[in-house]
This record gives sequence, structure tokens and C-alpha cells, in this order.
Amino acid sequence: MQQNPKTRLLTGLAVGLSLATSPIAHAEDDPIRISFIEPLSGPFANVGDLGLKHFRFTAEKMNESGGILGRDIKIIAMDNKQSPSESVQLVQRSADEGIKFVTQGNGSNVGGAMIEAVERNNRRNKDNKVLYLNYAAVDPALTNEQCSFYHFRFDAASDIKLEALSNYMKDQEDINKIFLVNMDYSHGHFISKRMTELVDERLPQAEIVGDVMHPIGQVRDFSPYVSRIQQSGADTLVSGNWGNDLSLLVRAIDSAGLDIKIHTFYGGGLGTPAAVGLRGEGILHQITEWHSDVNVDEGLEEYENWFREFKQRYPEIDWYFHRVYNQMHMLKAAIEEVGNAEDIDAIARALEGMKFESPTGTITMRAKDHQMLQPLYISVMDAGAKYDADNSGVGWGTVAQIPVEQATVETTCNMRRP
Amino acid sequence: MLETIAYSIFNGVLYGTLLFMMSSGLTLIFGMMGVLNFAHASFYMLGAYFAYTLGLTTGFWLALILAPIAVGAMGALVERYGLRRVHQYGHVPELLFTFGLAYVIEELVALFWGTVPIPYKAPAVMNTTAFTMFDLDYSWFKVFILLVAVAMFVGLWLLLMKTRAGQVIQAALSRPDMVGALGHNVPLVFTLVFAFGCALAGLGGVVGGIQFVTDPGMAFMMGPIVFVVVVLGGLGSVPGALVASLIIGILQTFFLSINFSLAETIGTFNIENSGFFGVLWHMEATRIAPVLPFLLLVLTLIFRPRGIFGKREA
Amino acid sequence: MATNTSAAGRINLLKLWPWLVIPLIAIVLPFVFDSGHTINLLCHMGIAIIFALSYNMLLGNTGLLSFGHAVYFGLGAFVAMHLLRAINDAGGQGLPIELLPLVGAAAGLGFGIIFGSFSVRRAGVVFAMITLGLGELMHSSSLMFTDFFGGEAGLFGYRDEAPSLFGVDYAPSRNVYFLVVAWTLIAAILMYLLKKTPLGWMANAVRDNPERAQFVGYNPTIVRYIQFVLSACFAGLAGGLFVISNEIVNDEVLGRLQSGAVLLGTFIGGIGYFIGPVVGASLVSFLESSLSAHTEAWVLYFGLLFIAIVMFAPMGLVGIIHTQYLNWKAGGWKGNTGIRLYLLLSGLVGIFGLICVIELSYHYFRSWDPSAPFVLMGFDTNATHLTPWLVSFAITIIGFGLMCLHGNPLLKRHVSANSDGGKA
Repeated sequence: MQQNPKTRLLTGLAVGLSLATSPIAHAEDDPIRISFIEPLSGPFANVGDLGLKHFRFTAEKMNESGGILGRDIKIIAMDNKQSPSESVQLVQRSADEGIKFVTQGNGSNVGGAMIEAVERNNRRNKDNKVLYLNYAAVDPALTNEQCSFYHFRFDAASDIKLEALSNYMKDQEDINKIFLVNMDYSHGHFISKRMTELVDERLPQAEIVGDVMHPIGQVRDFSPYVSRIQQSGADTLVSGNWGNDLSLLVRAIDSAGLDIKIHTFYGGGLGTPAAVGLRGEGILHQITEWHSDVNVDEGLEEYENWFREFKQRYPEIDWYFHRVYNQMHMLKAAIEEVGNAEDIDAIARALEGMKFESPTGTITMRAKDHQMLQPLYISVMDAGAKYDADNSGVGWGTVAQIPVEQATVETTCNMRRP
Repeated sequence: MLETIAYSIFNGVLYGTLLFMMSSGLTLIFGMMGVLNFAHASFYMLGAYFAYTLGLTTGFWLALILAPIAVGAMGALVERYGLRRVHQYGHVPELLFTFGLAYVIEELVALFWGTVPIPYKAPAVMNTTAFTMFDLDYSWFKVFILLVAVAMFVGLWLLLMKTRAGQVIQAALSRPDMVGALGHNVPLVFTLVFAFGCALAGLGGVVGGIQFVTDPGMAFMMGPIVFVVVVLGGLGSVPGALVASLIIGILQTFFLSINFSLAETIGTFNIENSGFFGVLWHMEATRIAPVLPFLLLVLTLIFRPRGIFGKREA
Repeated sequence: MATNTSAAGRINLLKLWPWLVIPLIAIVLPFVFDSGHTINLLCHMGIAIIFALSYNMLLGNTGLLSFGHAVYFGLGAFVAMHLLRAINDAGGQGLPIELLPLVGAAAGLGFGIIFGSFSVRRAGVVFAMITLGLGELMHSSSLMFTDFFGGEAGLFGYRDEAPSLFGVDYAPSRNVYFLVVAWTLIAAILMYLLKKTPLGWMANAVRDNPERAQFVGYNPTIVRYIQFVLSACFAGLAGGLFVISNEIVNDEVLGRLQSGAVLLGTFIGGIGYFIGPVVGASLVSFLESSLSAHTEAWVLYFGLLFIAIVMFAPMGLVGIIHTQYLNWKAGGWKGNTGIRLYLLLSGLVGIFGLICVIELSYHYFRSWDPSAPFVLMGFDTNATHLTPWLVSFAITIIGFGLMCLHGNPLLKRHVSANSDGGKA
């Protein structure tokens, strides 16, 4: 009895579909589009939003000075809801709409799916290839077993970060008992495994006194972990946690009055400084490719202005992803070298092995596995820093700069090239 | 071991009291109206956000009182203009209504306050150390949480047992039709109970938002665990909610505090850490802890669907 | 809960025309919209339709509200994926890819038999909570047992490196789409026929009055169990198809959001109609993928749509149209068609205004520079000025105001006057 509604809905659906997928014509002076595939809704929306603002800001600044080959850069935001399979769809959508570049960073699981999707698309649609620029997914597998000709990583992979960290730690006399707290997924598993190996090999004065995994985003009260840390007598904590899982951990450690140094990957962003505040001073360390007071220490005035302008525009957050700057400028250099933004194979070849003068020094995109090699900084929360992070009242002060040679790990990548 | 037990009990009780603040309202609402309020954790979240915003002008102590009242008022509006309309269609649509409401509230919170965690903190006085146990400091704020929870339980008990309003609620819990027949305005009682339950969740949020993190994801994280507490304690039973909150709080904390896996305790017997049983054999207690509540939920429902103190089956 | 049972019993061939027309449209669609993304979307619609129909075997037909139906979808998908990987590893030898969904179905059936045995003893809240708990348990375990579930990165497989029954190359999405259409049709026919068997009738009886059903001699637990197991089987089938279309599965396929989405879709479509889940699942998949590309506020619209349906049209979208159709056929529209159109129009105006308000708010609160001009419904607007706000609010209030305070009473008066006239 409900034939009428059915046909009506189907016509409606058909009209809607045609609206949603109308083909987009493009010409030489059309903007160069980059799909930004990140969570823009749901529990991780703040993380995606932070990255989006970085890319939009960078694109705008670059457009002011002529864009790429005289064409504007346009960032197309796509919401992947932090889901790998959704991201696969969005890579497909980007290819359909003629977008040649996709960028993503949050979640190595999403990163792995993106590599699969890009590889699959480039194999099946040879005349419509896509390039994946990864600005934050740090699973070493992405540039080792899973490495791809169409994937470039601009952040330091977690094995590189641990390498740099252990090179720093081996000179620290007061690091004797190390405790590991990590999230229960591949990222955390890797840190736990690799850190244990590194301590055995390089740090004769130190031992691992505890190694726990906790589920992602489900622990609300970290005090039981704190009691275990306290019982183990640890003086140093290494954690790959991020977001709330890190904030809660640091807050629990501080409110219990534990005297311990915390080394993290992500202490400087994703809401942690605001959530931790002064409690993290002198305790919370991070290892990154850059932090805001590097500009001050090294007199990088131009880059400091860049930082300040970003802050003016988005008062609630800070310029955090230095690698977005590197990534966008290197993409520009590669496209201009090739002379067009359509020949993906040529652009990928131009990016391979490219050396770039970043404000922090020369950085290199290793040709063998497409992993960026760059100097790293170990910094600690510091109320005396010139710039505070996320308006928390505390910023970051450099503890050590790790030169490129000490922040490099060999790769097992065996790349399939076109 | 003694230390571990002492920690587990203290921290567990602390966590349990926070759970109780949320679940008491939920269980009251269910007992009364038969509605499992999926949006209950959303009201908890609203409590934290309201307290933060109000606290900017009125200070924390006034916000501690005003925020739950504001959340309660929102609850009353939701009941009066939303739930009551859906009530005529039965319990499933009622449940679905609160299910949709949870999505909407989360989006609205993200719209007005942003998706980044807000810097909602306790007044400086409460961050000082109250006492030290086995070398770990406990702040006044943790003591304060305990006090609020105790005050709440005593207040609830007095309200339900000693006042006329409480007697009406008690009666309506078991025989709503009779209460209506006796001339009480049952719809009004429903609205009040719903508002009151939401206000309790809001109070939980005022405290919990400080203890944990205040961001739009907090409701989604807290949601299912509250259901576990309510089912375990027995739907509609306030003392049950208290006992279940404490059980879950202590049990979970204990599992997190100990270093235990079958392989470590009994021996590996050359069982490899792969395959279903191998992984289970090597699984550490800390990794099991978060699923423990759901295991309890399923087991309770299979073997004792009425929960610990429930008078009737759900 | 009314079901469209009037047609059952006697088979009227004329009534079967939707079964021909819809597949025809489905086959023509990919030639009209040939972008890969649209075809992917259409594949997802097909899978969502099977999943939603299987869900409605529980909710609509048996009255069981499940918050964990994705468990069977997901387990079906994982088992099918393991088989696909085994086929890939064997160099493309083994089960033809067309039959892979059957593997998913078998897995769904198996797990349905296990989990159903203790889930269905009671209906109502107990059942809902058990499914919620099982869903959370399975989802958490999927991250613990990484051998089987592949951890948070999930598992990949290649559909074009597997044998085909008919020698089809499944690399292009369009060929996959036809496979999805075929399976959707088969599953839909099977579920429709199941609904018409005595089992389907018993399920309805158990839903409406378990005591009486028991008294008549049917054990409600057994009826629920059979329905549950069959429903899990079809969910697994959908999971198997999902593997072919997506070539990736990870923990999210059996998570809370997936279980929530199928509930939303089924209910929005209408649980009392066989076609309801079809409409709802298509609409939800379509909105999810296209709305999110156009507006930040899509989750809010979604939530509001769902709440509006629960509050004002618990029979779903199909329910609204069906009641109006019946009403029209019975002559209920006579003399008041104008008023009904007026109601519809004012409602649409109100919704339009509300959308303007929401879009303005999102721009005002979310954008880094609220004063930056943006295009709202074709107009260049500045969200920091008062005028667009006033206009949007005015449209909303006028629209809904006219509908509730003028149109609705008018219609009621008209209808009651007419029926009085009839009596007199």
C-alpha cells in the first residue's frame, strides 16, 4: 500500500544524489586543493579542528605571497569521524572530485588505512592518482613494512623519537628507574617494546621497573596507576599517551605529590597544557620537532611573527604543528619543480630526498622510505617561558636539542615504485 | 599488598561516590517512571559546564548550588515538553527520545563551549594536601568529594524515608496507579522526580568535572558505566545504587592496582601469547579492568536480573 | 503497533510491483551517477538496508530493542575478512567472492546461537541492557585479541584477488555494486517471506502480548530466540558484503556507534512497515555521507530529526506518508487539502528558519572570525550583525507559529465539523 511514498522518496533521493555529486570542472587557474581528512565531529573533534586551523592559516599565508605556481591553495575539510573505513571513503571521494593531495595525521590506524586506500586507488585508476601527506601519524610501520611511494611522513616516527630520547637519557645520571604507562594499542605496544630494548642496550645505569597498558579513553581515574608507580620507586615515566589520557595521568601524579619526571610525545598539545596547567611545571617533558620558545631562544623573528599572527587569529589555541609549515612549503617546492600540480608521480619523485631550509635548520625527506629526518627538542613545562601553551600560564623551555644524526633510525622499507 | 588494598579501598570509594552521584538520580527516575534515561550522563556534563560558566561570575561555592538547580530546571523542561508527550507511545520511544537527546546535548555543548576541554578547576584552597597515606598525597578536594557524597546519601535517605513527599515517591515507585487514584498529581510527581534526578547528576558533574576532564566527550565516556551501576544495584533502588557504585569503584581500582595475570601467577606452562586462550592466559589484570563492569552487567542480567537490592525485575 | 498486514494472506500480484521497480531503479542508478564515490555510497545503502531489515526483525517484528546488533554485523565481517585474506594468500584460490557474504551469515548465525541463548530469556529493558553490555564487551575485546581483530588498525583484504563465479573483475566499484544489489534483493525477499510465515505471526504475538502467546501454546522465549538467531544471521550477511565493498574492517564495525546508527535508521524509516528500514537506512547513509560534507552541524540535524520523529511520528517517515495516504483514500482530505498543504508549507518555512538559525550559530561560535561573510541560503551574510538573526528567528517563529497556532486548530475544526456533519 505504500508505493507512492517509495517512488517519491526515491526521486527525492535521486535529486539529492545528483546535487551531491555534480562534477566539478577545473582549469589551470583553479585552486590547488588539499583534502584534510580528520575527525571534525565526535570526541576527537578538537584534535581535528586544531590541525584544520593550522592548514587553513598556512594556506592563507602562502596564498598572500602568490600561492603555488600562481594558483591558490584551498584546504577541503572532510570529516572522517576518526574512523579508518570512513577515511578510505574520503580518499575515494577526493579522487572523484579531482583532488590530488590528501593530508591526515591523527591515528596511525587511520594512517594505515589511508595508505591502503591511496595505493589501491593509484593502482586501479592510473590517470587519477592521489598523494598522501602525513603530518602526525607516527607508527614506524608506515615507513617500514607498510611503506608506500605515495606516502610522505613529516613528523618523526615513534622509533625515531625514542631513539632521540634514549640518546638524551644515556647522559642523565639521575635516570635509574623507568616506568612505562601506555595506551593499549599498537602505538603504546611499540613504545613499551622498543623502550625496553633501548634501556637494555644503551642505559646501563637504568632499568624498567614497570610497564602498564591501559585502554584508550576509558580510564577516568589514574590514581591506581599512580600508586603502582609510587610503589615501584620510579624516578622517570615514559608515556606515549595523548589527549585526556595524558592530562588525567599527569593530574593524578601531581595531586598525589609524586616526585617524578614525565617524558611524553604529546605533552604540548591536544588540550593537555590547559588541563594540566601549573601542575606540570618542571615535571612534564615532551619530545617534538619544535616548540614555541625555540623561536625566542634561536632568534627566529620571522617565525615568531608567524606564531603570533596565528595566536591573534585563534586566541584559544597555539601554533603547534611546526611540520605543517614544513609540509606545505615542501609541497610547494616540489610542485614548482615539476611545473604542474597534476603529475603525482613526478611530484612524489621531487619530494623524495628533498632538503628544505626550515626555520629550525636543514631537514631532509629520506628517499628510501619517505620519512622526514629533522632535529628534535626535548623540552619541559616552564612558567618562565615567553609563550604559554593554550593560555595555561606555562610554556616550554628547551632541555636538550637532539641533532639529526642522533634522531635517525634505519628503515626496512622495500618500496614498490611505479 | 596491604598498601595496595588500602589504596584500592580509598580510591575505589572515591570513584564509587562519584558513580553514586550519577546513578542515584538515574535509578530514581527509572524506579518511578520506568524510563532508562540515556541522556543522564549528558545532564552530568551540563552540570560541569554550568558550574564552570556560573563560577566565572559567582565563584565556585555559589555555582556548586546554582548549577545543579539549573540542570534540574532543564530536566524539568525536558520531562514536561518532551518525555511526557512521548510517554503515550510506550517505553521504547521514551528510551529512544533520551537516546536522541544525548546526541543533541553533546552537539550543543560543543557548539557553545567548543570541543577543547575547558579549564574548569577547583578553588585553590582545595588543592592543598589534606593528608598523606603511604607517601601519596590526598588533596582537600578528594575529601570534599566524599563529604558531598555522604551528605547526598543522607539527604536522599531522609527525603525518601522521613518526608511526605518521599512517601509519595516511595509509593509511586511500586504502585503509580494507586497513588494517582489517591488524588496525587502523578504527572507533577514525575516531572519533579525527573528534575531532581537530573539535578543530582548535575551535582555529580560539578564535582566530577573537576576530578576528571570537562569536555564534550565526557558524557559519552560516562554513559554506559552508570547503567551498569544501576542494573547491578537493582533498578529503582537507591541503597542498591550506593552498594553497586562502591563495588564497581573498588573492584575496578583493585584490578588496576595489582600486577596480575594467570601466566605470571600460575606459570606460563609454555603457553604462547597468541590464540584466544593464550592471550587470555597472558592478559594482565589492568587490561581487563575496564571491561569488568560490562562483564558484571551481563552476568547480573543472566543470573539475577533484579540486581542486588531490586524489588522487582526490570 | 500497526503493521501493513492487510495485503497478507491473499497474494495480489499487483501489490508486488515495488519488488520489480526498486531493483530496476537500483540497476539504472550507477549509469546515471557514475562517480566512484556515489557508487560507494550506493553500496553502503544496500548493506545498510540488509542490516536495518535484520534489525527490524527484532525491534519491529518481535519488540526486542537491541543496543548491540552491530556485534553480529561485525563478527560476520571479521570472519568473512579472514577467509578473504586466506584466499588472497592462496594466490586467489578458494571460495568465489560472490559467496563470501554467506560466510558472514554463517558466522552471524553461529554467534547468534551462542549469545542469543542467554540474551532472549527476557524482553524489554533486561534484553536491551544485555545487548548493551555484550556490545561493549565485544568491542573492548576486539582491541585485546589483536590476532583475530587486527587491533585498531583493522584488517585489509583485496576483493580483486579472489576467484569469481561469473568471471567478473571486482576492482571497479560498479561491479561490486551489482553484487550488493543482488544480495540485498535476495536478503530482502527472504526476510519478507519470513515475516509472512507462521513464525513471523508468532513473533508479532509475542511482541504484543507474551502472556497470551504463551497461553496459546507458543513459548515466547523460543520464538524470540529463533527471531534473534535469524536476525543475527542476516546481520552477518550484511557484514560479509561490507568486507567486499570496503576491503577493510576494524573494531568500529562492532562498536556502539554502529549499533546506534542502525537503530536510528530503522526507527526514522518506520518500524511498523517492511519498507520502513529500507527508507530509513538509505536516508541515514545518504545524509551521513553528504550532509557532513556540507555542514558542520550535521550531527545536530541528525539528533533533531530523530527526536522529532520520536515525538511526533513514532511510526517513522513511512508511517507519516502511509497514514496520510489512507486518510486521503478514505476521503479525509476532502475539502481540507488546502489546509493540509498550508500546514506542510508553514512547517517547511519553520524548518527553513531553524536551519538558518543553526547555521548562523555554528558560524558565530565555531568560526575563527564570526564577522567574516559567509553564504547562507544564497545570501551573503554577516553573523555578527543583528539583521540575519532577527530574520531567521522571525521565519522560524512565524513558520512554526502558523503551523501550531493557526493551521493545526484550523484543520482540527475542519475535520471535526465534517465528521459532525456526517453524523447529522
